[in-house]
Amino acid sequence: MRRTKGMLTENTISLAAPRGRASPNADAPANMAVKLKVRGVKETQSDKRLAWIAQLDAVRDQKDRTAFAELFAYFAPRLKSFLMKSGTSPDMAEECAQEVMVTVWNKAHLFDPTKASVSTWIFTIARNKRIDMIRKQRRPEPEDLPWGPEEAPSQTDVIGLQQETELLGRALADLPAKQRELIERAYFGDLTHSEIASETGLPLGTIKSRIRLALDRLRHAMN
Amino acid sequence: MKQIKHHLTESLLMGYAAGTLPEAFDLVVATHVSMCDDCRAAVAEYDAVGGEVMLDMPPMDIDVDALAATLAMIDKGAPVPKPRQKARGVFPAPLQDYVAGDLSAVKWRKVGGGVSQMVLKTSGDATVRLLKIPAGTAIPDHGHHGTELTLVLQGAFFDDTDRFAAGDIEVANEDLNHTPIAEAGADCICLAASDAPLRFNGIMPRIAQRFIGI
Ligand SMILES: [Zn+2]
Repeated sequence: MRRTKGMLTENTISLAAPRGRASPNADAPANMAVKLKVRGVKETQSDKRLAWIAQLDAVRDQKDRTAFAELFAYFAPRLKSFLMKSGTSPDMAEECAQEVMVTVWNKAHLFDPTKASVSTWIFTIARNKRIDMIRKQRRPEPEDLPWGPEEAPSQTDVIGLQQETELLGRALADLPAKQRELIERAYFGDLTHSEIASETGLPLGTIKSRIRLALDRLRHAMN
Repeated sequence: MKQIKHHLTESLLMGYAAGTLPEAFDLVVATHVSMCDDCRAAVAEYDAVGGEVMLDMPPMDIDVDALAATLAMIDKGAPVPKPRQKARGVFPAPLQDYVAGDLSAVKWRKVGGGVSQMVLKTSGDATVRLLKIPAGTAIPDHGHHGTELTLVLQGAFFDDTDRFAAGDIEVANEDLNHTPIAEAGADCICLAASDAPLRFNGIMPRIAQRFIGI
């Protein structure tokens, strides 16, 4: 269930390191990523995130069914698992997971890799599908930010955000089991925010201070 | 947009990202986020946490035909969604969806004391309404059983705690007994959601409560 510590090779660590300092060299992470690929080190989690983006681009631009099948193979079993944890029957969870993947296909053109990792984006689709199909409620969503002139997203921004999301995932995985469980249950819909407050005495309190750093980095990457 | 001073709480941000709030609260959060870049960024963070939680799930076996079934659904075609443009007018887009228009489309009903309201249709136990409070008017002193969210859309009000202007949200719980007063100037228009009936103090307000239904 946890991200394998074994994959945290020195190369992976050096990939993430430049974001920690206030480095004036904004291109550093991109250069690092390129260097990693050239060295041909085994696939890291950040590379995996970049691969999802490429697969989603192929779905958007070429209606590429092979790329879609790869996304499906990775995400559908996890979506089903997530939805079952939310108290949904296996059949309903599977139906809902399929609906989520249909939406992934239909909305591929709306995905912005400078704003979210593919995992984040697919999670929001699943969350909304759960509210729609299972809770049978409407989901009010904010306005989208006004779109700028059509220009390709900056690779530095894209890679930076993927790395920060990866760090966030690791911070979450490294939490003590009890704290991590509380956060997970909040997302399964098991616990309301006030129940978390009463169980821990602190809504995110100590828990949050542990993932605070990762969240700060993420915010920095998204701005 | 002027500087927003009063923001969503961490609990509301996380609840909205997790998708566990009642619809009435979701509407207030989505409306505030449409007006507030800080809270938009914070929701994105909590969305990212949700994505990592989902990613960490032990993969569950899926039907061998699942991919084929999904591609078949894709082949049937579906309307291709467009990004939702920023709404023109006083109300952000998510609120306009519920009102079926902007401020001019609101069907106000007088509820006494010069205050008008329009209850918006949502499912679940919590309720949400638009309130129009004439400048200088007070909402009767009331406490809260549950949580009450009040988002200012136009004008401003102040109470014992602070001043709340357009974009500001006040999150009140059981501890807060307050008498919000609309500031002189424009009418104060608020979007208010509550997960329990308000508790007015004194007899006159009780009558008002029966009319207002909050
Ligand atoms: Zn805010």
